[in-house]
Amino acid sequence: MLSVRNLIDTTSLTADDITQILDTAQSFAEVNSRAIKKVPALRGRTIVNLFLEPSTRTRSSFELAEKRLSADSLNMSGSTSSVVKGESLADTIQTIAAMNVDMFVCRAKFAGTPHLITENTDARVINAGDGKHQHPTQALLDLYTIRENFGHLDGLKVAIVGDLLHSRVVGSLAPALRTMGAEVTLVGPPTFQVMDPAWFGCEQTADFDSVIPDVDVIYMLRVQLERMEGAAIPSRREYNRLFGLDTVRASHMKEGAIVCHPGPMNRGMEIMPEVADAPYAKILDQVSAGVAVRMAAMYLLLGGEDNDLA
Amino acid sequence: MTLLKGAHLHDPQVAIDDVADIRIDGERIVEVGEDLVACDGEESIDCTGCDLVPGLVDMHVHFRDPGYEYKETIETGCRAATKGGFTDVATMPNTDPVCDTGTGVRYQIDRSKAAGLARVHPIGALTRGEKGEALAEIGDMVMEGAAAFSDDGHGVQSAGMMRCCMDYVSQFDRVAIAHCEDESITAGGLVNEGTCSTRLGMFGWPAAGEELEVSRDIDLVRLTGCALHVAHISTERSLDLVRSAKAEGLPVTCEVTPLHLFLTEDDITDTYDTNLKVNPPLRTPHDAAALREGVCDGSIDCIVTDHAPHAAHEKDCEFEIASFGSIGLETSLGLMLTNLVLPGKLSWDQLVSLMCVSPRRLLRMQPVTLAVGSSADLTVIDPSIGYVVSDGLFESRSHNSAFLGTHLTGAARDVFVAGKRTLMDGVVA
Repeated sequence: MLSVRNLIDTTSLTADDITQILDTAQSFAEVNSRAIKKVPALRGRTIVNLFLEPSTRTRSSFELAEKRLSADSLNMSGSTSSVVKGESLADTIQTIAAMNVDMFVCRAKFAGTPHLITENTDARVINAGDGKHQHPTQALLDLYTIRENFGHLDGLKVAIVGDLLHSRVVGSLAPALRTMGAEVTLVGPPTFQVMDPAWFGCEQTADFDSVIPDVDVIYMLRVQLERMEGAAIPSRREYNRLFGLDTVRASHMKEGAIVCHPGPMNRGMEIMPEVADAPYAKILDQVSAGVAVRMAAMYLLLGGEDNDLA
Repeated sequence: MTLLKGAHLHDPQVAIDDVADIRIDGERIVEVGEDLVACDGEESIDCTGCDLVPGLVDMHVHFRDPGYEYKETIETGCRAATKGGFTDVATMPNTDPVCDTGTGVRYQIDRSKAAGLARVHPIGALTRGEKGEALAEIGDMVMEGAAAFSDDGHGVQSAGMMRCCMDYVSQFDRVAIAHCEDESITAGGLVNEGTCSTRLGMFGWPAAGEELEVSRDIDLVRLTGCALHVAHISTERSLDLVRSAKAEGLPVTCEVTPLHLFLTEDDITDTYDTNLKVNPPLRTPHDAAALREGVCDGSIDCIVTDHAPHAAHEKDCEFEIASFGSIGLETSLGLMLTNLVLPGKLSWDQLVSLMCVSPRRLLRMQPVTLAVGSSADLTVIDPSIGYVVSDGLFESRSHNSAFLGTHLTGAARDVFVAGKRTLMDGVVA
């Protein structure tokens, strides 16, 4: 059993919780490699995918995970919910909850929305990304991918690079890596740096080149052009020159080091195509891991040990 | 006639700090002394164990009337003020329409007289519609009774416009009240920039967003000579700027809210309690400690509540879209007593200066004292009563208190406005 009732943030997870999710995900990864990719683990359970902010890959990943667990899904988006008609989110959640659903998977524009949902329902809640706060299943799939490559997380050195300020990946991945014993360095221009890196237990620097040879994982963040208010960088070209991962920079990487990216990538900006498609880039592995990790999270939160995993 | 017997009187203006009796006749205090005997037919009120001070004044409240009466009306706001021990309040002009004409000022005064509880002293806008673009009819509002001028809710963004406002106000005997917020820095900010914004994943409202305008407006005092009152300061640096200006002899004063004295950014937890979303935001424990020190050493002139009522649906939502503000009239006195006065960190005389004397002086009101001949504006305080801040406490139409669940000791028991008892044993008349 996990120590948490809902999966809202990674800071609430213990190392045991994370290990349990990753271990369970390994079992589900095996399911995903079968010809018939379906188990009855959550048969009869109802999961509402409430995506109040546009999302393609996260939503698809959750939907696939639900289908492969045999759960029944209800998909709602911001445009189809009553929220746009003026109804409060609390009212919307209470209304849906009255239909006896078991779980909400919520993607939201605003930080804290998943917590607000927990206050209005007894159903379990998974945060599928809230503003620039947290995206815990993304962090877990990242941990899964890194662990698959190195066999462990403890003692690894990880650089998270780029648009730190607007990234919910930083908020969830950095604390989770710290919980698992990894060292994390945040890298980005001062206009993209977080205000208090110490809260994440991280160092922070603008000197990308000095960090590259020292780390096992370079985690490139997407520059979230759509979230930027005002010009925080002079141009895409200058950003690419200072913080883009190209083959020259990649050539300074430690032997065995890997590159990750949460996607979608701005090729030619934060990452050059030759790097994104190189063998050491584990970006598609992350996507694959996402389905298994989300299956594990939903399975464990809904009392998985009572069900038949196979 | 009414005789208040046995209270401990506190009034540094007339050097009273002793147990005594007060006799009221009509609107005025007619006798102060020991062992006064009730006359035939005179009401005698036992105040033994209580403290008695000149009526409390809150020079920074929002009553939402006209325009947002669903949050608060002048009548419900006056009820909340009375419940909190206040005889007088000054209302900020960000109503709808904005109070930027003499008519708007007159409307509020007339409504408050009809309510017959606490007196309302409207603060007029500095600029038309609080848009920061053109002067409001400040002279017209002075003639109708405006107590001061402010675009509270917004900083006046243009230094040139603020200079114009202060130049113009300086011809009247009134104070310009500055809401210091450089919106080019604070835009999108929801909580203090730093650990809190990092932890919660929200845009920050940095301390510099306030301090830059405090510094700018103090410079404008040098240029214009206008008396400046800095509203709801929230950082140590803002306080230091005010201290320096005072040391220089400039006519600069400031106020602080109990929110910024007794709560910090650390109180905003992962529950995203929207009642803690206020403007300026809750700052660091270091800032709050500096502000408490400023209250105790006399650097801060007034305690205000920035009473900002919002309906439940405006707070029961996502933090990012929730309205800024917390109510405060019913908890201000209790918070000051519980945290500063009863523990012995702040004297009763200092409390009287902060909540009675200075705000009256800044609003250009007649002084009120505990001496014979003064208007009988009095607040009787029971310092022993203990309670928990909860919905049942509030007379305000809105219940968005940042202090819900807080244990307090000490509250107003009786209030007299010009001799009329508006609060009786904690119940609004």
